[in-house]
Amino acid sequence: MKKIEAVIKPFRLDEVKDALNKLGISGMTISEVKGFGRQRGHKEIYRGTEYQVDFVPKVKIDLAVSEAIADKVIAAITEHASTNKVGDGKIFVMPIEQAVRIRTGETGQDAI
Amino acid sequence: MKSIKRILAVITVLLTSALWAWAEDPAPTALSNKEAIDLVQTHANYLWTLVAAALVFFMQAGFAMVEAGFTRAKNAVNIIMKNLMDFSIGSIAFWAIGFGLMFGASQTGWFGTSGFFLSDFSVEGDPWVLAFWMFQVVFCATAATIVSGAMAERTKFVGYLAYSAILSAIIYPVFGSWAWGSLFNGSGWLEGLGFIDFAGSTVVHSVGGWAALAGAIVLGPRLGKYGKDGKPRAIMGHNIPLAALGVFILWLGWFGFNPGSTTTADTSIAMIFVNTNLAAAAGAILALFTSWIKFGKPEVGMSLNGALAGLVGITAGCANVTPTSAIIIGAIAGLLVVLSVMFFEKLKIDDPVGAISVHGVCGAWGTLGAGLFNIGGTTAKIIMVQLVGIGACFVWTFAAAFIMFKVISMTIGLRVSPEEEIEGLDHAEHGGIAYPDFGMSTHGTSLSTGSPTGGLKAAAPSRVVVGQE
Repeated sequence: MKKIEAVIKPFRLDEVKDALNKLGISGMTISEVKGFGRQRGHKEIYRGTEYQVDFVPKVKIDLAVSEAIADKVIAAITEHASTNKVGDGKIFVMPIEQAVRIRTGETGQDAI
Repeated sequence: MKSIKRILAVITVLLTSALWAWAEDPAPTALSNKEAIDLVQTHANYLWTLVAAALVFFMQAGFAMVEAGFTRAKNAVNIIMKNLMDFSIGSIAFWAIGFGLMFGASQTGWFGTSGFFLSDFSVEGDPWVLAFWMFQVVFCATAATIVSGAMAERTKFVGYLAYSAILSAIIYPVFGSWAWGSLFNGSGWLEGLGFIDFAGSTVVHSVGGWAALAGAIVLGPRLGKYGKDGKPRAIMGHNIPLAALGVFILWLGWFGFNPGSTTTADTSIAMIFVNTNLAAAAGAILALFTSWIKFGKPEVGMSLNGALAGLVGITAGCANVTPTSAIIIGAIAGLLVVLSVMFFEKLKIDDPVGAISVHGVCGAWGTLGAGLFNIGGTTAKIIMVQLVGIGACFVWTFAAAFIMFKVISMTIGLRVSPEEEIEGLDHAEHGGIAYPDFGMSTHGTSLSTGSPTGGLKAAAPSRVVVGQE
């Protein structure tokens, strides 16, 4: 089992979600986050004082998938989250030690 | 048959009682006609004065919304409490002491000595004292609530309550007696010189503004307002639409503030209405242009302050300048307020809503403007008297308020602890928060993140429900 974390631009979320649904991915968790990589922020102004906005709003998708499908998932996210502009985001892949479905107690592959 | 008899009986009774009543009315005379007409005018005066007082009362909502909108969500409850209580405590303090000091019989011309606890009122007496008091108490409350904006986000609640009582009981009424005492039983040395301040650019707004200055100085700036290099940092208000709503409410209330100061229902209120509106509009436009040129974008905070600046500026001269002059006065106020906000910020005096600039500085300008643009023409003497009034207000108000705030700070305490300030006054002082259903993004987060919310700035609406920050 693999844990996939993808930080993407917020307005790409719907396309990525639809693409993952087509692949048969049945669940995901998202969180609103802020961040920056090479994409810098911008200047804003409030009552005459300039300030720098460094952190840019992003969405983080957390997925648990089987190893077999992991590469397809990464490709789908990459394709649908991309705008070819700086700030498109990153994907991280980690191994999952254990997974449990709370309702039934199923573990392992049956849980994801 | 029975019902017809009944109807005839009723008609007979009505006719005879009507004839009987007519027979009692004395024939109208010229004198009784005049008395009746005068009574209508008197009733109209009461009506207009009290409707105007209600409009000015509603400005309390305006101030509350402006201050809440321009400050952080973690302090919103505290802002509301301060605004609620400075009106409530101020009302009682003005009833007990302030009104007497301001409008009581004045032997010296420096303060009144009668009329405390509304003693001028008696059940069979002339109720005009009540209407006049009602109109004056909402003016006093306006001055008092100006200060809460400049002292927002770091003031101890009890300290603020103490200030409300003292300003409404003493500081505001004493100066008010100098300029307006003769509107009732008193008389003031300043009005004796011919000082022009029709609705209170100085009496109300500068008093509030200079007290705010004293408070902001004694308090010190908010944590994080100035970086280690001494440069000011932006601490964003949490709700700009709320701030704008507040400004619109204030603009509306000012239609009671200025024209109501005639306390008379006559045609002079028309020009006062128009002057008020034109000055506000001109102030907003000039502040818009000034901020556009200086900062590259038309900025909402400055534009809103500009409208208020215009309103404060015209308050002194609204009855003795032409509409064209009102535009000029308002426009200069709009320009001044932008420069003044930046000036005080450079001096490291932290004023979260710009109260010192809007009310203190533009109140002074408006008072001078009332002399410069006087319809009957201006003279050196008129201008001198205006300057004397402006100066006297500053000296009295700033000194008295500074001493008061220092004493409060050394006794019951004026500023909250750093921990309380960072956590937010809502939790620390009031045991509850303003927006329990929303995650509080400013709870303890650093200011360098800049953007006020963590919410999705997505162009496409997301179907996922996320807790707002």
